[in-house]
Amino acid sequence: MTKTVVIGVGNRLRGDDAAGVAVAERLRERVPEGVEVVACDEEPSRLIEAWEGADSVVLVDTVSSGAPPGTLHRFDADEEAVPARTFRSSTHAIGIADTIELARALGRLPRRVRVYGLEAESVAVGSGLTPAVESAVGFLVDAVLHDLKEERCTNAR
Amino acid sequence: MTKRTIVTDYLARVEGEGAMTVKLDGDRVEHVELRIFEPPRFFEAFLRGRSFTEPPDITARICGICPVAYQTSAVNAIERLCGVEVPEPIRLLRRLLYCGEWIESHALHVYMLHAPDFLGYDSAIELARDAPAAVERGLALKRTGNDVMTLVGGREIHPINVRVGGFYCVPTRRELRALVEPLERAREAALETVRWTAGFDFPERVVDCDLVALTQPDEYAIERGRIRSSSGLDLAPAEYDEHFEEIHVERSNALQSQLRGGGTYLCGPLARYSLASGELSPLAREAAAEAGLGEECRDAFRSIVVRSVELVHACDESLRIIDAYDAPERPAEPVEPVAGTGYGVSEAPRGLLYHRYRLDADGTILDAKIVPPTSQNQLAIEDDLRDVVARNTRLDDDALRALCEQTIRNYDPCISCATHFLDLEVERR
Repeated sequence: MTKTVVIGVGNRLRGDDAAGVAVAERLRERVPEGVEVVACDEEPSRLIEAWEGADSVVLVDTVSSGAPPGTLHRFDADEEAVPARTFRSSTHAIGIADTIELARALGRLPRRVRVYGLEAESVAVGSGLTPAVESAVGFLVDAVLHDLKEERCTNAR
Repeated sequence: MTKRTIVTDYLARVEGEGAMTVKLDGDRVEHVELRIFEPPRFFEAFLRGRSFTEPPDITARICGICPVAYQTSAVNAIERLCGVEVPEPIRLLRRLLYCGEWIESHALHVYMLHAPDFLGYDSAIELARDAPAAVERGLALKRTGNDVMTLVGGREIHPINVRVGGFYCVPTRRELRALVEPLERAREAALETVRWTAGFDFPERVVDCDLVALTQPDEYAIERGRIRSSSGLDLAPAEYDEHFEEIHVERSNALQSQLRGGGTYLCGPLARYSLASGELSPLAREAAAEAGLGEECRDAFRSIVVRSVELVHACDESLRIIDAYDAPERPAEPVEPVAGTGYGVSEAPRGLLYHRYRLDADGTILDAKIVPPTSQNQLAIEDDLRDVVARNTRLDDDALRALCEQTIRNYDPCISCATHFLDLEVERR
């Protein structure tokens, strides 16, 4: 049986930066059996530990690429790097784009790596999710669940 | 007159966020400014009206890299005010938890952020391609720090187990023994780290300002101590405000610390080492001597060697505490609130962290002040940057930017404790 890990990255105290963590929390009760869900506040070098031993990982983080708030970006990072610039605006020590490349260089990247970036509006300290991001969080939860189901069907074949 | 402005999107490899502006008029440095936005200000306001039991949980969230430092300075301040001195086993457990944070933070900084500068790599990713064993060693060290924090702190990020008066629950001797083997391996890795970093090439950069750190008789101060300086200050935490002040920086929200009446100072590894290298563990001292460090080190670039030596010490100290551990009779002492002002300090991985709380008789927080190490070091960093820029005005913008980035990284600023975006702007006229 293949192992899948879903990791939501974010800082609960930085407005929309909490979106990744919110997605992880909402997914926790709903993922298929055998899927592990991890919420990671900051410092993504811990991600490498979180996905150790997994065949497939789904990462969710906030991004700032200039698109309208709430826009959902999806990247497959199995082969190619995700655009570092897009993910750099998060408040984390080493962005998740860099963490993925570090793991790739060390041969510690799962076979399958999908990355969802949710466009932030505000990462001000002490505020909650903005309405645009809040509604996108629900959509993103469904998108990840859809992915997980599809993956399960592919594996069963 | 030509005027050029270059903006980078981000000053990479500094934790968190910040921004830097350099203004040049020909070869003359007009202005150097490091702008830092400070979550502690938000937290100070957020703490007012809360209960005296809440600061360890709330302030731990200021920084993902040094939550234990925030918790420790907070409980130190409140316990001192309320007349509670935690029993020795509790203090030592807190010191162990803090060692875990030092290991994690120093391993991250040395391997992921700082070493690439010396080896000519743009990032740890490129370093990992050429020297995977070194980067794996750094990640393994960091992981051992995480493991200590998880076991003692309850959770590796934002530990939830520290409370005013002690802990919510304490580990058994047997549980702590599980850390011995990983810590012994980490100590070997730390010694290897000292040998590795000692072989780097170090441009000369002498820090000539006052050095400020905690000291404690017969130990390398981490979770407690008196505030001392290379110029002879020797203060109780309650005397901090009489000798240090925060000045408001024009055009920014930031506050910068200075010695009262003017005077730059530096805290962090160089200050700790220079004021108390004799208190390091014998193995750490031996490693320092082999690495060519004297009793003091004021060389900004060699801070990477000092951090490596502190890694050895933190592993040694963790093993010593675990070896002598007897679980306390109870996880926490009862603490009754007392009206008044409490002062607490500790040595965060990047330097002195000061907390002050004023309580009313029922334990409501009336006022809170938090001074992180990064804002204390900001003037010293800017002085260094001004000097570096002045001596290298002929470099093109990219080279100058890289040099400024390296200069800032020497001080390991935790800008997540202190900012917004770290943009570097070089303006030439």
